[in-house]
Amino acid sequence: MQRINDDVLNKCRDLIENGTCDRVLAWEEGEFCYDVTPAVFTGDTLGKMIYDDFCAANQSKYLIDESHKEGRIAALLKPCDTYSFNQLLKENRIKRENVYVLGVPCDGKIDAEKARGLGIKGILGAEIDGDTVAFETIYGKKTCSKKDVLHEKCLSCKGKKHMIFDELTDPEKEPETAVPENGTSRFDGVSKLENMTAEERFRFWRGELSRCIRCNACRNVCPACSCRQCVFDNPASGVSSKANTNDFEENLYHIIRAFHVAGRCTDCGECTRVCPENIPLHLLNRKFIKDINELYGEYQAGYDTALDAPLTSYTKQDAEPGIVHERGVR
Amino acid sequence: MQVNDTNKEFRPLIVAFCCNWCSYAGADLAGSSRLSYPADVKIIRVPCSCRVNPMFILRAFQRGADGVIIAGCHPGDCHYTSGNYFARRRMTLLFSMLDYLGIERERTRVEWISAAEGAKFSATMNEFAETISRLGENRRLEDLRCKE
Amino acid sequence: MSKMYKISKERLDELYAAVSAVKSLYLPVRSGENQSEFKKWSDQSDVCLDSLNTVKSAKELFFPQSENLISFKVSGKDIELVEDRDPSEPFVLFGVRACDAKSFSILDSVFLSDPVDTFYKSRRENGTVVTLACRAPEETCFCGTFGIDASDPAGGDVKTWLTDTELYWEAVSEKGEELTKLLTGILSEADADADTKAVDDLKKNTKEILARLPLADLKLDYFSGDRLNEKLNDVFYAPQWQELYKSCLGCGTCTFVCPTCQCYDIRDFDTGHGIKRFRCWDSCMYSDFTKMAHGNPRTSQLERFRQRFMHKLVYYPANNGGEYSCVGCGRCLAKCPVSMNIVKVIKAFGGEKA
Repeated sequence: MQRINDDVLNKCRDLIENGTCDRVLAWEEGEFCYDVTPAVFTGDTLGKMIYDDFCAANQSKYLIDESHKEGRIAALLKPCDTYSFNQLLKENRIKRENVYVLGVPCDGKIDAEKARGLGIKGILGAEIDGDTVAFETIYGKKTCSKKDVLHEKCLSCKGKKHMIFDELTDPEKEPETAVPENGTSRFDGVSKLENMTAEERFRFWRGELSRCIRCNACRNVCPACSCRQCVFDNPASGVSSKANTNDFEENLYHIIRAFHVAGRCTDCGECTRVCPENIPLHLLNRKFIKDINELYGEYQAGYDTALDAPLTSYTKQDAEPGIVHERGVR
Repeated sequence: MQVNDTNKEFRPLIVAFCCNWCSYAGADLAGSSRLSYPADVKIIRVPCSCRVNPMFILRAFQRGADGVIIAGCHPGDCHYTSGNYFARRRMTLLFSMLDYLGIERERTRVEWISAAEGAKFSATMNEFAETISRLGENRRLEDLRCKE
Repeated sequence: MSKMYKISKERLDELYAAVSAVKSLYLPVRSGENQSEFKKWSDQSDVCLDSLNTVKSAKELFFPQSENLISFKVSGKDIELVEDRDPSEPFVLFGVRACDAKSFSILDSVFLSDPVDTFYKSRRENGTVVTLACRAPEETCFCGTFGIDASDPAGGDVKTWLTDTELYWEAVSEKGEELTKLLTGILSEADADADTKAVDDLKKNTKEILARLPLADLKLDYFSGDRLNEKLNDVFYAPQWQELYKSCLGCGTCTFVCPTCQCYDIRDFDTGHGIKRFRCWDSCMYSDFTKMAHGNPRTSQLERFRQRFMHKLVYYPANNGGEYSCVGCGRCLAKCPVSMNIVKVIKAFGGEKA
């Protein structure tokens, strides 16, 4: 299985050879088809670089550190990654001049765990042909539809257009505007919960959040969570008590995590992708996005670096907090 | 753990974050005007309603509060020009999130009370305390470790 | 060898109920979509014996993620100490795979050597472990590297094998015999020929799959001999770490799903009217791990990342007769957000057959 498009690889080689960049941020192959790791390549190691339908990680956060090193790095960014990149630029966390954004196209990324859920065990390799994925496993060949094994974040893709780039590897594939893959269905999960009774919602979230093992993966992977020291890692803050099996701690952590990125979260979906317990964390972040859209006007973080962020601006006519009480009482 | 002793009448614990420049003085005025408000309301003075971090509210619930109210200057009257406008957006989103998690929406509230509104302060606190009494003990956002 | 018993697969609920009537029964129960966790059985439980790895390992039954140790109550100048220790209940831990069963002996070396951890010890004494042989290992499995036989799990009190129709049951310790005695009405004696053959076939089939797993050839030769002692610095200062750590996010996923990670933190929680001292799992990947008054001995992610693997592959074997602190369950391979794991580390140090 070829794991990188020749055009992308050649482009990266050119960038290094003509001195535009001295290294490339991409992915390195693992033991199987799906366990790819973000990695930085130089001219000598470019041969090991890959980019295919298993490369799901949002690379933008690595650029905080990488852009503060000497030299210039070329970064393979997918359309959704560019929202996070923009947001980090807005927050002055990335040195723009040290990054060469190479926009790579994306056809949706495959989640091996979803394949396991379909009973496809012992995954070794995969061949993707249009909408069909043929997995090679210890127990023989198994095929499934690609959309059944896509990551949650790909099911609610914001569109295939890059928000920022220095160059596109496939300009012909680039759409004029960002068109969401599945229309407005991104908030369906949130609406479903909103339509439940408080009692049902409470039970739903206890069921989900009680699984939290407080590994902090959702926080550490989040491009919006870029504080040098998190309040939850600071023993002096009085809230870092780490008693991971306490209901209150679980609620506190997840409310504060989601709140702190409200208005800055681009809905890149990394939190849900990395959660070892498969907690649908995007439902918390999307609730804030939905509320912001409804109360303060449509806003997409990372779309435009010039716009005022919803939580650092206001209008005199804003809704009163009491609106929460008035809205859809059940 | 002994909670909800049926023989005892439930007394809620209410934390009120009051802006130094308006509602805190409003509470004073209520007092000097001999307007009563329930002793269940514990006032914490803050320099501005926008000083209230979501963490403060959650921590109040953790330590046993049954209701949390934030009282600040009327929109347009902020001592720091715009603090309460920011607070308004933040608290709206936070309350909406608490509601989304299934925590009773009546347990949190924001009211704008000026230094001249002693009567409003008293009426608001009485009404809020009554609401919380009716709701009963905070169970959904409690920390069992903090219950005696 | 002890006698083999059996029970038909359809009647497993009766078995669970019979065990539950005497002791608490913990076993893999569905928790969320496509995943399971060791939980206490009730007649509502959605038991899934097919799942290979629970998200958190079985170590949690002996070494819980968070537990209260003691409380302090202060009144005036008096401090009252209240012991919060859970009353130790006898329990049965059912459906433990060979890798998790092996992890108990690795934890034992830590918690049961002087000074003995009495919390851990009492749980170990009160727990009866019923292992379950694997039938369908995954690509992430590499227990064979550590000499573990997934088709015939060691380290438990009872061994079981599950075929399409029957569960075979064999007690291998005194505790196991006791439990078997309690279940005489439920279990029936296995047939010496036919049933032995069924179990042997299952073992043979599993072994055949294990032999062709992609990680079957993983070898730890590099982490042995002098490198565990005099030449330990060769590993510590190896250039490989400079590259390996780079993708690490510093989250604690690998450490919390790991059956052999045993580091913990002890903290005081101020309840507003007293103090509760608790201990909880800690992760060497965290910035505040082993933080002391003077600061933190490992200030970079490189050092934290290296610590985890040095502990598992060098420090632990150096102190425990060459036994590694890894059982090859593959949880970290499946769960790491960036797929950086112990296999990649071992391979970076040349861990494959020539």
